[in-house]
Amino acid sequence: MESLGLLMLVYVFVLAIFVGFELITKVPPTLHTPLMSGSNAISGITIVGAILSAGLHEFTVSTILGLIAMIFATINVVGGFLVTDRMLKMFKKK
Amino acid sequence: MRIIIEISYLVASILFIFGIKNLSSPKTARKGNFLAALGMFIAIVVTLFDQHVLTYEWIIIGFIIGGLTGALMAYKTPMTGMPQMVGLLNGFGGGASLLVGLSEYYKMKNFPTWTFNVSTDITIVLSLIIGAVTFTGSLIAFGKLQGIVTGRVVKYPGQHPLNLFLLIGLLAAGAFFVIDPNLEWLVLTIGGVALVLGVLLVLPIGGADMPVAISLLNSYSGLAASATGFVLQNNQLIIAGALVGASGIILTLIMCRGMNRSLMNVVMGGWETAGAEGPAASTTSPKGQVKAVDSEELAMLFDAASSVIIVPGYGMAVAQAQHAVRDLTNQLEAKGKKVRFAIHPVAGRMPGHMNVLLAEAQISYDLMLSMEEINDDFPNTDIALIIGANDVVNPAARHDKSSPIYGMPILNVDYAKTVVINKRSMNVGYAGIDNELFFYPNALMYFGDAKDAVAKLVTEIKHL
Repeated sequence: MESLGLLMLVYVFVLAIFVGFELITKVPPTLHTPLMSGSNAISGITIVGAILSAGLHEFTVSTILGLIAMIFATINVVGGFLVTDRMLKMFKKK
Repeated sequence: MRIIIEISYLVASILFIFGIKNLSSPKTARKGNFLAALGMFIAIVVTLFDQHVLTYEWIIIGFIIGGLTGALMAYKTPMTGMPQMVGLLNGFGGGASLLVGLSEYYKMKNFPTWTFNVSTDITIVLSLIIGAVTFTGSLIAFGKLQGIVTGRVVKYPGQHPLNLFLLIGLLAAGAFFVIDPNLEWLVLTIGGVALVLGVLLVLPIGGADMPVAISLLNSYSGLAASATGFVLQNNQLIIAGALVGASGIILTLIMCRGMNRSLMNVVMGGWETAGAEGPAASTTSPKGQVKAVDSEELAMLFDAASSVIIVPGYGMAVAQAQHAVRDLTNQLEAKGKKVRFAIHPVAGRMPGHMNVLLAEAQISYDLMLSMEEINDDFPNTDIALIIGANDVVNPAARHDKSSPIYGMPILNVDYAKTVVINKRSMNVGYAGIDNELFFYPNALMYFGDAKDAVAKLVTEIKHL
């Protein structure tokens, strides 16, 4: 049962990779830098894991690791989305 | 509550997908970024309601420190510093995966509620390795782009056997860990060795190969998030990570194709050897006299031209010449000339680097064309103006089989009626080879710092 659960996660992973390939090939070269910073911000989704670690009831080494992870992931998310927006704001057509 | 959280994660995943979909056009891109951010916001908020989250003070502290730092970085980094910024962000993503993986390990070790099983063991090892390699690898990439670490190709003795040995060692240690997850020192060793491996893998990569390295690390940061998703059995992390992983891989392949090199070759840091001691050293191009031109003559030349293609390269970024280039574009357009930009896939230090700089200088994005779009137009163009690019316009790539850049797709600038090359000196480009273009009969050298030289040209054109 346990390996079946893992297999379901692999299933989701593989399908998402295919969706990713389809989407990204449509992004024009002009937007490749914002694509990188934006997708970078999305990879900050690890923040979800960091919240789960930092929010444990008992204070242990896991909490400390979670807190640092929290800081890293938040920088990734906030910095990534804001800088992408800052860049995309500049792309104008005359 | 569990159901609501899972449905919210699904909504967030869909928002990520629509967000990236909207990046397919500059018109909708900003909305796309907003949708992705909204998805992230939803994912974060619902996670706060997870039954395992019981204390909030550390979470709030993390939010405040991380949020302020992130916002500061996002607003203070100049556009020329984008490659470093993205490199650093990759690193933070990888670091977070490493730490969450480690935190999960201690949670399972210290709390009886959670127990080890084979699939969590495997995924913890993966999360640690990918996260750690991404973390230190990105920091080195950041250091190289920022100029803290040398941008040169760094070779060290036994480079490839050492890396291979470390990788095999990591996998073996990982296997031992799966057998006995209680060995704390083994987990720490795996993390530590993976951190070292990240440094060793990126150190040999040279400055101009950074577009590949950054794209690859971008992909790793996504895979690291996915790996953490496997540890937490969280589909949201797996999906988001997979999207980013795919994005990074595609960009990596585009960059490699732009240099006609295999990923292996770039990762091994191969090019500089070829330039220094390979057959290329003997291929001295038809050396002769280059024709230099001053701003006054050049202004007259531009005045007589009706179509101009500007080819920006890393040199434009270094000299911060994008605003001067904008003035030139406006000046020429005011005189009724057709001005466009030809952008090579590997121009600059990351994918799309030149486009962002030109956009910053308020140059309309429909003037920025990719190599495929514009390469056939050079024969009908009066002037091709090259600003700070070198290897990507070297015609030797088309015909000189002994050249290290042979086979690399280039911009066909030499087909234009006149090619004007702005350079500070006659120094060679990244590949370490002479550019025969400079000696072509239709080539004119316009020496000087890109910013000053272009500004001078603008003044001269104004005075005509």
